[in-house]
Amino acid sequence: MQYIVEAGNVVKKYGEFVAVNHISFNVSSGECFGILGPNGAGKTTTVRMVYGFLPMTGGSLKVFGLDISRDWRQIKARIGVCQQDNSLDPDLTVLENLEVFARYFDIPKKEARDKALELLEFFALDSRKGAQVTELSGGMMRRLVLARALINKPDLLILDEPTTGLDPQSRHQVWERLEDLRAKGISVLLTTHYMEEAARLCDRLIIIDHGLILEEGKPDSLIRKHVGRDVIEVAQPARELRSYVQSQNLAYEDLGHRLVIYCDRRDDLYLKITRDFCKAGCTIRMATLEDVFLKLTGRDLRE
Amino acid sequence: MKGMSEMSVSRRFLRVWQRNLKVYQKGWKVIFLPPFLEPLFYLLAFGIGLSGLVGSLRYQGTEMSYVRFIAPALIAVSMMNNSFFETTYASFVRMYYQKTFDAMMATPLSLEDVITGEIIWGATKSVIATLIMLAVISCFGLIHYPEGLLTLPLALLGGLAFGSIGMFFTGIVKNIEMFNLPVFLFVTPMFLLSGTFFPLENFPRWSQHVALIFPLTHLVNLTRDLCLGRLRPTALWGLGYLVLFSLIFFPLAVRKMRRRLIK
Repeated sequence: MQYIVEAGNVVKKYGEFVAVNHISFNVSSGECFGILGPNGAGKTTTVRMVYGFLPMTGGSLKVFGLDISRDWRQIKARIGVCQQDNSLDPDLTVLENLEVFARYFDIPKKEARDKALELLEFFALDSRKGAQVTELSGGMMRRLVLARALINKPDLLILDEPTTGLDPQSRHQVWERLEDLRAKGISVLLTTHYMEEAARLCDRLIIIDHGLILEEGKPDSLIRKHVGRDVIEVAQPARELRSYVQSQNLAYEDLGHRLVIYCDRRDDLYLKITRDFCKAGCTIRMATLEDVFLKLTGRDLRE
Repeated sequence: MKGMSEMSVSRRFLRVWQRNLKVYQKGWKVIFLPPFLEPLFYLLAFGIGLSGLVGSLRYQGTEMSYVRFIAPALIAVSMMNNSFFETTYASFVRMYYQKTFDAMMATPLSLEDVITGEIIWGATKSVIATLIMLAVISCFGLIHYPEGLLTLPLALLGGLAFGSIGMFFTGIVKNIEMFNLPVFLFVTPMFLLSGTFFPLENFPRWSQHVALIFPLTHLVNLTRDLCLGRLRPTALWGLGYLVLFSLIFFPLAVRKMRRRLIK
């Protein structure tokens, strides 16, 4: 089977600093593949190499079976990119943004206009086609960036933090549109640090930090593997609870003011803890990808 | 990566040029005004104001009115300004604030396509400005035809030279305020000392040689010769200088922009 993206030992160095450290992964056709990581982990650097914006320091990178360092122009013609920064053209209207962008792909005028109008309708922007980009809300701008990324009918859609900075309504709208696109079979390479987004959209993902892959797998199986099914959180844990947890050989994380216990179908444990040890409050909830992420990348701030 | 670091200019640079043209067409009424009004203001100030003091002067052994002397220089200065300010301030805004180049480079366009399109657009603005100024100044009977029409291809060459060095500065400045340096150390001295307002023959010999370093000196000489309808063989030196200047600064601009944009 042919992969859409094949990254083999990809390295990116800036002087002594290693931004991406021998990363390997494959994206299959029709798959949504996620790259998760805290700020500065190397997500954007990795996808920029995939869409031929940055040269690699080492390794090999094939997209559609073609070599990115040689056939970049051909590859870029078949990719749609939604960059992190807003790069819409403020000198142009909504429709003009799509039409001018279509020209960069040598799409004939008539075809470009038809496709642009179709995309504006799909992203519920058709009523604003004559508006200046600067008049749009944040959510509309992001939808327009997505529309623009689809103007060349790409085989691979690369989304670099597509919903960062959006309000919940806009975020859900973007997710719905992306799910529609997924249903049509488009392959997606997505970076995010929203775990909810990754869990909802990604078939498979890698978690990276400091340019290294920490883990790879399906969202569900990663949660099972690293966390279990449930998480019990106890605020202001008493000393007795700590020794109890230790004595029971449970997987847990001690944050000082908070104890996080990872377990699997342990309602009995939760009842015992609430009855015997709980002072300030304790909750049981489903384990999420965020638990995996924090467990693997730590809780230190990244700045 | 070999393929990506090679100079790879394709015909797609025209797409970048078209994008700028489209924006220009949207605001042409405003953008049209400076090259239309500028020569009028200058001719008014110098023609009525300064001419009274200077009267006429000798240039290359010919007696002529002061207005006839400076009118071609105004066109040459405009060729410089239109391309230089396009590839400095305007390109910087597109590159840094609007992220237009980032968006373009996520398409089949290469960095070289983008930079080439920008510089040629700058040169195009020089040609447009020259065309408008030529029309205005012709109304005063100050342009000799048909030689005067050759200022249009000359504007393209001058625009390439000044557009290239402008883009070179865009590749190295830290922020937009830093353009003040090349403007006050490069553009303004040239504006005043390139034989624009006074014949260079009136300067000491050493300073005449210094003035030959300035690309604007050559552009002014060439434009003036064309507008006065007298082509001299020395014009070839000036043309050669401008071609050489472009051939040096165009690749330098691309290299600096590559270093700036592709990290």
